[in-house]
Amino acid sequence: MAQLVAVVAAAEAVDSVVDKQPVIDVRDAVKRYGVGDASIFALDGVSLTIDAGEYVAIMGPSGSGKSTLMNILGALDNMTSGEYFLDGIEISSMDESHLSIVRGRKIGFIFQSFNLIPRTTAIANVELPMAYQGVKSKERRERALVALDVVGLGDRINHEPTELSGGQQQRVAVARALVTRPALLLADEPTGALDSKSTADLLDLFDQINAAGRTVVVITHELDVAHRAKRIIRMRDGKIVSDDLNKERVA
Amino acid sequence: MSVFEIVRFAIRGLFTNRLRTFLTVLGITIGVASVIILLAVGNGSSKAIQASLDRLGTNSLQVRSGGGGFGPRARATASSQKPLTILDAAALMDKSQAPDILQVAPIASTNGTCVVGASTTTPSTFYGTWPAYYKASNTSIQSGSYFTNDDVTQGRRVALIGQTTATALFGTASPIGQTMRCSGIEFTVIGLTTVKGASGFQDGDSLVLIPITTMENSITGNQPLSSIIVEATSSKTTDAAQTELTSILDARHGISGRKTADFSVFNQASLLTTASTSSKTFTTLLGMVAAISLLVGGIGITNIMLVTVIERTREIGIRKAIGAPKGAILSQFLIEATILSVLGGALGVVAGFVGSHFTIAGTKPVIVPASVFLAFGVSILIGVFFGGYPASRAASLRPIEALRYE
Ligand SMILES: Nc1ncnc2c1ncn2[C@@H]1O[C@H](COP(=O)(O)OP(=O)(O)OP(=O)(O)O)[C@@H](O)[C@H]1O
Ligand SMILES: [Mg+2]
Repeated sequence: MAQLVAVVAAAEAVDSVVDKQPVIDVRDAVKRYGVGDASIFALDGVSLTIDAGEYVAIMGPSGSGKSTLMNILGALDNMTSGEYFLDGIEISSMDESHLSIVRGRKIGFIFQSFNLIPRTTAIANVELPMAYQGVKSKERRERALVALDVVGLGDRINHEPTELSGGQQQRVAVARALVTRPALLLADEPTGALDSKSTADLLDLFDQINAAGRTVVVITHELDVAHRAKRIIRMRDGKIVSDDLNKERVA
Repeated sequence: MSVFEIVRFAIRGLFTNRLRTFLTVLGITIGVASVIILLAVGNGSSKAIQASLDRLGTNSLQVRSGGGGFGPRARATASSQKPLTILDAAALMDKSQAPDILQVAPIASTNGTCVVGASTTTPSTFYGTWPAYYKASNTSIQSGSYFTNDDVTQGRRVALIGQTTATALFGTASPIGQTMRCSGIEFTVIGLTTVKGASGFQDGDSLVLIPITTMENSITGNQPLSSIIVEATSSKTTDAAQTELTSILDARHGISGRKTADFSVFNQASLLTTASTSSKTFTTLLGMVAAISLLVGGIGITNIMLVTVIERTREIGIRKAIGAPKGAILSQFLIEATILSVLGGALGVVAGFVGSHFTIAGTKPVIVPASVFLAFGVSILIGVFFGGYPASRAASLRPIEALRYE
């Protein structure tokens, strides 16, 4: 229970405030699939620190462990060994019921495949994470409207996912990820299913979000997407092989 | 997150999957309704048989002289034959030897013609007996009064007559207090019996009943009784009563083996017991059919619930990824399942009650209250368990596992 209180308190305290504590602190993360000879290490000892307000791109060939790392950072998956501190709270030893609070309060997740709730309107999708946090329905609706407005879908709030284009669906997903004001925005190939116009719009949105002080981590195959970030991490075979500041963006 | 919110999610879930919701509710409704109706039909048919048992006076046994044509006892040899007498009847009233016998009515019978003025009639039943007869034979009066034990001891010339006899002799006028002449003796009619209707070829209302003493003294002399009617204490004790009366009469008539018996006992109940046994078999069969239909309905619900949860595992993953606690997801699915099964169950109960108003296969169904609770309860248990169990499994998955689910 004390842990739960700590989680909630920390979630309230850190709201785009830049302090010196890293948002992400992963130490020697290992993720192993399968057992014995057939087992593979999707993550093979990854250590990584990301500070509040950073904009990080993760690149690497297919199968190098990017999604695996992202799922662990987003508390969607557990690791085989290693430690993970999110905003100073140890996630690696936390149980499911506490993790759901962390996910709701601290993390906004954007998936390559959108993952909107089917047969449910855009506004209802955006309201959903707030509903699980107990936000009152009036405030929920107002905040959802603002978020949809920010992503440019103010006129599409009552459309269901099947009535929206891929780019529009992804923007609903972004609105849903942002509406809880998470400390950390994680996006796994968010532009993978989008055309160049939608990609450009989405990247502009990420710039704005980052400019507002939020930490953004994006996985991508595309160089031009990666070059919008301020720091580029490259992975191969479950290991980080390079970690550089993006000279173009960081003066 | 409030309960109200979760209920709203559940209802929205049901509305977004209208066809599934409809089919599930329909399945439960049919299952529950068929259980209620089938059991009501079975129950109705056994109730109908019970009613006809009661109407026929199944507590009564009839003892006749000689080996009866249909009786279980073989015909006695003529030499050893002893007639049934009033003393035999009196012996059967011994409570210590025959605890299961309630009362005994001896019957002396004759064939006589009754005359009033120019009207004549020959009653098909012309009995001398005493008041125990009324109850043992299910005879009651619609007007006037019964003759009493006092009338019997005094040998008064009073008579009860049936509707057919009354109409033949007196037309539409009330027969009470009138006089008639039967077998040459004048009787005062003191009561009119309730209409019995025909049983078989015999008109039950072509009837004259007089005190047995009057008949013996004035008409038949000391002829043997034609039969003795014995009423058992209840319909369940007729067999015991039959055993008791057989042993008493065996002793009185000096009968040692079944073959030499000089009287026979007719047990109306035994015939009807056969009928009610077959109706019980019928009810059991219907019950089994009903149970199978509930089972099949249950499997249907289970299947739909399982498919629903599996189909929505991805959705569960999404909900978890955006911060839904396990409890909220589980409650949503449990509430969905509960609404479905309660709604289906309630509609099934309504359909069962409506369906039981119609006559089915010639039977008026009578609802068995337990079947309503049973069917309703089972449908809810199945719905909640098979909706809740897979939901609880899915809700316990790591979000990534649920999201990967195809
Ligand atoms: N559920 C799983 N079971 C077994 N192996 C898995 C599982 N998920 C991932 N892997 C393996 O882990 C390794 C890393 O996978 P991951 O999805 O992280 O790659 P990625 O870098 O995201 O690739 P891509 O760019 O194609 O998305 C791969 O070799 C993959 O086969
Ligand atoms: Mg990937």
